[in-house]
Amino acid sequence: MTADLAPKRSGRRRITGTPYALIIPAVAVLVLAMGYPLVWQLITSTQQFGLAQQFGQAAPFVGLQNYITLATDPYMWTVVARSVLFCAACAAITMVIGTLLALLMNVVARWVRLLLQITLLLAWAMPVVAAMTVWTWLFNLRSGVINWMLTAIGLPFHGHNWLIEPLSFFGVAVIIVVWMSVPFVAFSIYAGLTQVSEEVMEAASIDGASARQRFFSITVPMIRPVIAIVLLLQVIWDLRVFTQIKLLQTAGSVKSETNLLGTYIYQLGTGSSDFGLASAVSVFVLALTIVISAFYVRSMLKEES
Amino acid sequence: MTTIRLRPRVRRSKVLYSIIGVVVALIWVFPVYWMLNSSLLSNVVLQDATPTFLPIGGSFANFSAVFAGGTFFPALGMSVVIALIVVVLCLLFAFLAALAISRFRFRGRKAFVLAVLLIQMLPAEGLFIAQYKLLSSVGLLNSVIGISVLYTASVVPFTIWMLRGFVAGIPIELEEAAMVDGLSRTQAFLRITFPLLAPGLIASGVYAFLQVWNEFTIALVVLPDNASATLPLWLQGFIQQSASRATDWGQVMAASTLVAVPVIIFFLFVQGRMTSGLVSGAVKG
Repeated sequence: MTADLAPKRSGRRRITGTPYALIIPAVAVLVLAMGYPLVWQLITSTQQFGLAQQFGQAAPFVGLQNYITLATDPYMWTVVARSVLFCAACAAITMVIGTLLALLMNVVARWVRLLLQITLLLAWAMPVVAAMTVWTWLFNLRSGVINWMLTAIGLPFHGHNWLIEPLSFFGVAVIIVVWMSVPFVAFSIYAGLTQVSEEVMEAASIDGASARQRFFSITVPMIRPVIAIVLLLQVIWDLRVFTQIKLLQTAGSVKSETNLLGTYIYQLGTGSSDFGLASAVSVFVLALTIVISAFYVRSMLKEES
Repeated sequence: MTTIRLRPRVRRSKVLYSIIGVVVALIWVFPVYWMLNSSLLSNVVLQDATPTFLPIGGSFANFSAVFAGGTFFPALGMSVVIALIVVVLCLLFAFLAALAISRFRFRGRKAFVLAVLLIQMLPAEGLFIAQYKLLSSVGLLNSVIGISVLYTASVVPFTIWMLRGFVAGIPIELEEAAMVDGLSRTQAFLRITFPLLAPGLIASGVYAFLQVWNEFTIALVVLPDNASATLPLWLQGFIQQSASRATDWGQVMAASTLVAVPVIIFFLFVQGRMTSGLVSGAVKG
């Protein structure tokens, strides 16, 4: 609608500086707080920037040395592989459960739907750090309710430490991330489901389509765009999981065995003060995000014009 | 998909689905319930071999203990001040920019919209080391101003995107009609469009507030001093302690409740807007 109005309007209006004046404050704060650090980071990633530079020594230019160091460092590849696997596991499980819950909301009694929506909203609204304290408490080895429940049904989980083994550490992290992310997925897909017209469904069922056929030939194609965009967002968000991993590490685990990209950068930058290397990893993460986000941005732009 | 005459088989499966729904709801809400429950129980009860599932005989002693601890109120103050500054700046900047992209066609508009969308996706972890260096080089680590600028920049893109939808939803014809009636362009905007935008501004403001209130990553890096901790940083201090010594989990849960409750209340306000803003391309609402 706006699209076909636009040419008419711009023809009528003189070209002025007004729109530029309007975007100046936003542009200024973005350039200052994101543009400048971005440029600094690109430059620093080509320098040797360690503890000596912290105390004022000039940083020598080393070209792509930091990137080469990373590319040949098996630990970096371990961290990348871990992050990708973690992201894939979280995104896949979140999408499956979220979709199932959306479908479930569509078929249950009204009060059950309301109950589901309220509980999902509560989980969604929990601030991430508060959620982390609660989950650390739930998984607490001595008095945590999860160990108690598992022990109660006869499993050997008395005093079990969930965070000490990397695999179990990531299992806990996946559960937490999925718990927090499912509500958004379920609500979005449910919103998509409510767009499926009843007339079409009715017509199909009069024509003799079974419930299964109606689901796969009407519902699925109708909600596919929502699923695609939600999946994309999950991948982007799960690739950058930082807070949950950082706080679980704080609660007790071996950092080097549980680092993902975010916590690795943090460790490089704050722990070992190797800003050159930290910048190089950051640039890598940013590039990766931009590549994946391109699809999302394109679909948003399509809607915008 | 409501059918008017339910066949017995359909009715039975509906009951089954409803039971599953109730079970899932209970599982999902359990952590939130457990936080509230534990916040009301004493540490002695919480350390029991058998968990107490209802806060019978509970008290608000944990909350008083948190208040008396002396670190909650400074952190609350820090969070409130930062959130207020960022919400005001962010609404102002985003509103002006949203106006520009939805009411004007200008050279560079496409590039600006693209930049806004891309920046919105950038992870804090990809920039925080450089932002740390930026603030430390101008002596703004541990300061309200430094982190407020960083937060404004990280929240402004999505706020622009959200407000753009609201501005575009108000027909320009309304303004034009007012201009025909003799108002100037600015007057028409202030008297006609602006009041209609109020719900949009409130929703965007609450969204910005929530982002800032919950933010942990950037705060962790640029507010290293305990004295300048925001609420999320203050709260993570408890997790840190939990690794080293016997934690008073009742107090930790009381602290978490204090941080979570305002967020949950505000969140219920804007949830619908946030969903539609993020997936507006795919869900036609």
